Amino acid sequence: MPHRPKSTLFAAVLIIAALALVVPQSINQYYLFILYDIGINIILAVSLNLINGYTGQFSLGHAGFMAVGGYTSAYITTVLGPKLLLLLGGAGTASSSLLFLGSLLAGGFTAALAGLLVGLPSLRLRGDYLAIVTLGFGEIIRVVIQSMDAVGGQRGFSVAQTYTNLFWTFSMAALTIYTIVALVRSSYGRGFIAVHDDEIAAEAMGINTTQYKVTAFVTGAFFAGLAGGLYAHSKGFLTPGGFDFMKSIEIVVMVILGGMGNTLGVILAAILLTILPEALRSFEKYRMILYSLMLVILMITRPQGLFAWNWKWRRRASPATSNKKGSP
Amino acid sequence: MKTRVQALCGVTTLILVTLLLGCNKPAETSQSNTPGKFQGVIKIGEFASLTGKEAAFGISSHNGTQLAIDELNAAGGALGKELKLLTEDDQSKAGEPATVVRKLITRENVIAILGEVASSRSLEAAPICQQNKIPMISPSSTNPRVTEIGDYIFRVCFIDPFQGTVMANFAKNTLKAKNIAILTDVKADYSMGLAKFFKERLIADGGKVVAEQSYSGGDKDFKAQLTSIKASNPEGLFIPGYYTEVGLILGQAKELGIKFPMFGGDGWESTKLMEIAGPAAEGMYFSTHYSPELDAPLAKTFVQKYQAKFKEAPDAMAALGYDSALILVEAIKKAGSTEGAKIRDALASTKDFVGVTGTTTIDAQRNVSKPAVILTIKEGKFKYVETIAP
Repeated sequence: MPHRPKSTLFAAVLIIAALALVVPQSINQYYLFILYDIGINIILAVSLNLINGYTGQFSLGHAGFMAVGGYTSAYITTVLGPKLLLLLGGAGTASSSLLFLGSLLAGGFTAALAGLLVGLPSLRLRGDYLAIVTLGFGEIIRVVIQSMDAVGGQRGFSVAQTYTNLFWTFSMAALTIYTIVALVRSSYGRGFIAVHDDEIAAEAMGINTTQYKVTAFVTGAFFAGLAGGLYAHSKGFLTPGGFDFMKSIEIVVMVILGGMGNTLGVILAAILLTILPEALRSFEKYRMILYSLMLVILMITRPQGLFAWNWKWRRRASPATSNKKGSP
Repeated sequence: MKTRVQALCGVTTLILVTLLLGCNKPAETSQSNTPGKFQGVIKIGEFASLTGKEAAFGISSHNGTQLAIDELNAAGGALGKELKLLTEDDQSKAGEPATVVRKLITRENVIAILGEVASSRSLEAAPICQQNKIPMISPSSTNPRVTEIGDYIFRVCFIDPFQGTVMANFAKNTLKAKNIAILTDVKADYSMGLAKFFKERLIADGGKVVAEQSYSGGDKDFKAQLTSIKASNPEGLFIPGYYTEVGLILGQAKELGIKFPMFGGDGWESTKLMEIAGPAAEGMYFSTHYSPELDAPLAKTFVQKYQAKFKEAPDAMAALGYDSALILVEAIKKAGSTEGAKIRDALASTKDFVGVTGTTTIDAQRNVSKPAVILTIKEGKFKYVETIAP
């Protein structure tokens, strides 16, 4: 059995990497930026899946981590960028790529730090209680950014250079998928699923549940921060209002629709939920009604996740299916 | 197992059908009716908040714009071509304007963009228009930064500093009030900006801010702030917020027995204000861009036409939307071309253009200077009080 998960994983990574190379930069900007949105949403959904799906902690603060990463990396390229570019040896493609990569990683690490800060005190809580804490935390981040004059506060922050391109978006998406799948499938990573399935039993088996939860939170937050950086450099404008509770919910919907703890399903859901609202544009004002109606239908007909199949190997690796043996 | 497969098939078909429909629709509309008198079409893009939090503003603005385009077409279009307004909804959501404006520019190939009401969303779209050298006119984004993005970005409304200043003058000259309290929405940049410029002018004129309180957009209870403001005994309260919260504030102020006048900016202007506040809104004031009672022939015919078509009185957003379309088409005619750079130059030279909201002259910063009007609420309706020139 061990070949199959690895081969699907590599296939997914390869497909994504190939997409970045095959699609020419000259395609219509509108489609190009939808592709960026897809890549960013894949990162967000897959990283939230580690927390909500595999580890079974219900987080509603993902947009908050995204905001931390987005603002950090935007601040680095916009305010510190000109000086850093000089240090890196002038404004060439190589040095600006390096600056962008550095800013993305910095955004990721700051978000991870924020994840650690919220994770340590709050992860003693479970279920609904944790959801409320993360929700509150997401709002705190937003309000803090709102009152920070250095990044424009409520007025929003214009990003000087839109560095995001297909290569960066999809290599980061591939990195996210690879890291999270490899982490969960490692022998260490089985602990996440143990925490998800039964915390008390896991603790009895000698698993440090708090450590696992914090690890999931910090890793998830790191990738959300990366996604935030890509978002900032693709939209070119950040406003605290864009990282509110509804943004977190959007990501949660992707995870639930794809199937909790099913990476492939979550990726497909992220793609679908990015394309769907755009494809429905011609319905004008009925668009969001149709969109919501589809979500309702999908959830009624596929409560285990739109793309959850009971493959043999998946039953072992995925908590979502192992937990729902009794359901149809 | 079988039912699950069926369900999956059903869902997939549903998605595919909508995707296909979604792809087909634009093609249908693009080859729509082009009557014999027109040779081709000029596509104008518009992005507006037709749904979401600020839908009331977005829809008004869109109605006004559409009315102007329809009228211009009836009068022969521009350059012998039919004008076509392509409108996209941005759901009042950050991140959406960038997507829809890119769609309008690169997929629909519009020659100019009209929009938005909210400054934060105009700020998101403006760099994209600037980059693609597509002129953009914001009908009612009052934040000064919008037009600072670049030389292709224009607006047809006055800016926040002016509105704050106007209300400070109004408090001093008309209300004869010196000790003023301010209640700001810390979540809205618009509110913070207005409060800042109001305060500067008030203090420069020898007035005093006796209390400063704040709330967050979406709050429902303002009694704590109002009690504290009441205790400081002001002669007036400046609330530069949006109608939803302002309506609640006015209602709760009445419950607390507050008697001093309250006033604000154009964020108040919606009939929803009276629906929420009820009789508590009576006798309050706000500044705005336009009043249907203005005694100008053009304004009068606009009100009639708007009422005939949409069965309601036009508000400032509708009037500004209308003017933005008129000014754009005037520039297209003057440029004699649909090239971005030529339209831009023609727009920049707009001088003494008589529209519904008064006379518009675009300055070197691509802003306009035009008078503001003060309205009050009387018997559940907006009543014109005075015009304050820049």
